Amino acid sequence: MSDLRDLYQEVIIDHSRRPRNFRELPQASHRADGYNPLCGDRATVFVRVDGDRVSDVAFKGSGCSISTASASMMTESVKGKSREEVDRLFTRFHELVTGSPDKKDQAVAPELGKLAVFSGVCEFPVRVKCASLPWHTLKAALEGEAAPVSTEVSESSSGDGGGKAR
Amino acid sequence: MKNIALVNDSRFDVMSARKDFPLLARMVRGKPLAYLDNGASAQRATAVIDAVDDYERRHHANIHRGVHTLSQEATGLYEAARDKVVAFLHAASRHEVIFVRGTTEAINLVAQSHLRPILKAGDEILITHLEHHANIVPWQMVCEQTGAKLKVAPMDEHGEVHADAVEAMMSERTRLFACAHVSNALGTVLPVRRLVAAAKARGIATLIDGAQAVPHMTVDVQDLGCDFYAFSGHKLFGPTGIGILYGRESLLERMPPWQGGGDMILTVSFLKTTYNGLPYKFEAGTPNIAGVIAFGAALDYVTKVGLDRIAAYEHDLLAYATRRLLEVPGLRIIGTAADKAAVVSFVLADAHPHDIGTILDYEGVAVRTGHHCAQPVMDRYGVPATARASLAFYNTTDEIDVLVKGLHRVREVLGA
Repeated sequence: MSDLRDLYQEVIIDHSRRPRNFRELPQASHRADGYNPLCGDRATVFVRVDGDRVSDVAFKGSGCSISTASASMMTESVKGKSREEVDRLFTRFHELVTGSPDKKDQAVAPELGKLAVFSGVCEFPVRVKCASLPWHTLKAALEGEAAPVSTEVSESSSGDGGGKAR
Repeated sequence: MKNIALVNDSRFDVMSARKDFPLLARMVRGKPLAYLDNGASAQRATAVIDAVDDYERRHHANIHRGVHTLSQEATGLYEAARDKVVAFLHAASRHEVIFVRGTTEAINLVAQSHLRPILKAGDEILITHLEHHANIVPWQMVCEQTGAKLKVAPMDEHGEVHADAVEAMMSERTRLFACAHVSNALGTVLPVRRLVAAAKARGIATLIDGAQAVPHMTVDVQDLGCDFYAFSGHKLFGPTGIGILYGRESLLERMPPWQGGGDMILTVSFLKTTYNGLPYKFEAGTPNIAGVIAFGAALDYVTKVGLDRIAAYEHDLLAYATRRLLEVPGLRIIGTAADKAAVVSFVLADAHPHDIGTILDYEGVAVRTGHHCAQPVMDRYGVPATARASLAFYNTTDEIDVLVKGLHRVREVLGA
């Protein structure tokens, strides 16, 4: 069962059960909604940017333990960082959870810090979206995208009138 | 009381039935597979796999086209499958059985070919709250095209649809009533016979989405009295990409073709095309020939096992699964209708179904997690998603025990 614990590490379980910065941010300068239609995960990310720095960040929503923990730990990681640092962290995190082939055998980037606990996610392809949804939503908020972020843009916009397997 | 010999006779040997499905013998993550996602897609019997193999190796050619031997053989096998569907559904004739890609396509065909030409602004289509998206969206699309309105009859907290409540919503503007025979998300068996009779008495056409019903019970479309009945091959142990639209001949005759192309025509000139008769009028283009033939083999197989025996076995299996699942602390079953097919949707304390699905996969247990393409049902219960065990006649009480053990593991890992 060791590999199941690779995914469900104690830190992840802790953040999923007691998410940090789980609230609305009335003074937010940016916000965005994220949605994963495959599993119904929803995340709204609120960001307050002062000058070039993320001075505060919070989230609301509902999702599985991976997406909730990811959102919670993301808020802790990006608070106080410059937009450029956030961008870099987004890229590193994305590489971590998708297991980018050219990064696979390398040590986890040190700047990820505690986020390294998500390294097990890349072994679960269908769960990658759970971990990355909050980050895509954060990015959208900072870039000021108006439409909700979806993990399934192409699927959800194709209207052939049907559903997926029942 | 039945005597023992009779009881034995009325049942089948589940372990022997399992041997007919080679995939069931495989391991997943080092554990024996417990496949409990039959509502999404059921597994294939060897007879079905062999039918594809035999067709591809020995008989393939295009149908209804050539005078050569292979084309005649392929046509013969294809049309023989249609006869099997006629018998399976107790349809009145071969003219009433249309091969389509699946339930979804069948419903879209009815929406566009039957309804669209006759719908006027202010007309109504009536469905129920527990429908699969495939029995919602095609109607919404035709409403947008015509100005008609979609009406939704309620379900109660058990996931039951009451005929009185549905009848109360049938009006002189209702042009079609469509509902599931069995709810995919909840397992509810709807009182379709009564609902169809109520619609018929008001001159309202009826469509039954039978996708989740046909693997579990005998269906007789003439007894039901419905105008249309739709289902998919792959939930009935056949291949994907093949489904059936049953339609009453008098209605199908009046409907224009849905798609144009080869096979659905009699003569074509640049001035005028005359359409083929039923059922070919609705089967434009080269169809899924191997799929149809293999589907015919699946019907043979299910008929041999016997749907009445399947229903009896699954009834007991569902009762066992329901009892065992309710022993898991924090587990709540979503969908508690008195009359249910072998489907158990559930939530477990505050564990997200996606986490449940991943952890169960580690125990070799395959369940569906998500909204089951029935988001209005999830909204009704105030949950974003559920986990769902959907059973087939080849599932065993041992597999239910493995599921229950896996759910205890979920509680342990998530601290739920």
